[in-house]
Amino acid sequence: MYTDLEIDALKEIGNIGAGNAATALSLLLSKKIIIKVPKIRVLPFDEVSKSVGGPEKLVVGIFMRISGDIDGNILMVISEQDAYNLTEILLNIKRDKDWSFSNMEKSALMELGNIVGSSYIVALSELTKLSLKISVPSLAFDMAGAIISFPLSLYGYLGDTAFLIDTEFCEGLDGIKLHYLLIPDDESLKLLLNAIGVNTSERNNPGGNGRV
Amino acid sequence: MSVTIRVGMAEYKAAKSPATLITLGLGSCVGVVLYDSISKVGGLAHVMLPDSNLSSKKDYNPGKFADTAIDALIRDMNRFGADKRNIVSKIAGGAQMFQIKSENNIMQIGKRNVEAVKAKLIQLNIRIIAEDVEGNYGRTIELYCKTGELTIKTIGHGNRIL
Repeated sequence: MYTDLEIDALKEIGNIGAGNAATALSLLLSKKIIIKVPKIRVLPFDEVSKSVGGPEKLVVGIFMRISGDIDGNILMVISEQDAYNLTEILLNIKRDKDWSFSNMEKSALMELGNIVGSSYIVALSELTKLSLKISVPSLAFDMAGAIISFPLSLYGYLGDTAFLIDTEFCEGLDGIKLHYLLIPDDESLKLLLNAIGVNTSERNNPGGNGRV
Repeated sequence: MSVTIRVGMAEYKAAKSPATLITLGLGSCVGVVLYDSISKVGGLAHVMLPDSNLSSKKDYNPGKFADTAIDALIRDMNRFGADKRNIVSKIAGGAQMFQIKSENNIMQIGKRNVEAVKAKLIQLNIRIIAEDVEGNYGRTIELYCKTGELTIKTIGHGNRIL
């Protein structure tokens, strides 16, 4: 479906974005942040939620829309417990209740999303010379299946698989994990590859507009 | 012993009493439940998108789209002995999980899925006897083919039986 060269190029895009974002996250939390090599995932729809722990797993999702020269979605997925731990670090508090987030805590998590998302996009923009804008973040605390299905469902017009660049950020000691998913809209994937000088072949462009 | 059959994203399945059909974590997708109380045959479709005409491929999976999944599901239910004249429907899902202003309407895919499902059901003359749609939260739904009851579970927004 994608050539090795294209996969490598996309991994590198993910890596450069993630490197910048990890630095920002590290400064924000004053913690050491480790990033894993980005994974390029082309998954059947039903398997996508499995990759973040199963459709009914309770997670925090932070969503941002990318627009400009290319369009796409950013979704950060954090497990319930890790999100609680993150709010403790961000707000320098000790939580007593473990079943919901206050507005302050949600706001702190969205700001984290904003900082990580923006740093990633800035690096991406510098690399590709594309003009990219990012929306304000929106947060949902719900079942993973419900959260992740939305940004991926638009791929339904193209075929039976979703495309995502999945980068995992880990905070050294407490082991907090954050999944950062970059989900370019269909046409944008081609533009992204072209922008860094990788010519996409015709078969990678299924020809659908995929827009709704 | 009754069996529980899982219906994944973009899938549709029919079953006969005493089986149970379940779909987990509906967000912007819509769960379309059809039930024939005479033959006790139920069907569940996990619809992702409103309109098959926008598909770039012609050999798409009918389970993905509101306008094709329901027809396919009825065909499967007929094989289990359902009669279309007895079929009624219940629908759930179609939430908008994230609130973001966007210049195009992709953010409202849930709402548009609900509208497309309703239009298709009306076209097929199938009565919608209950619905729990839109909102901003996920749902897990389970249909008991024995009774036709549909249970809806949410996180922090209560559980209901339709």
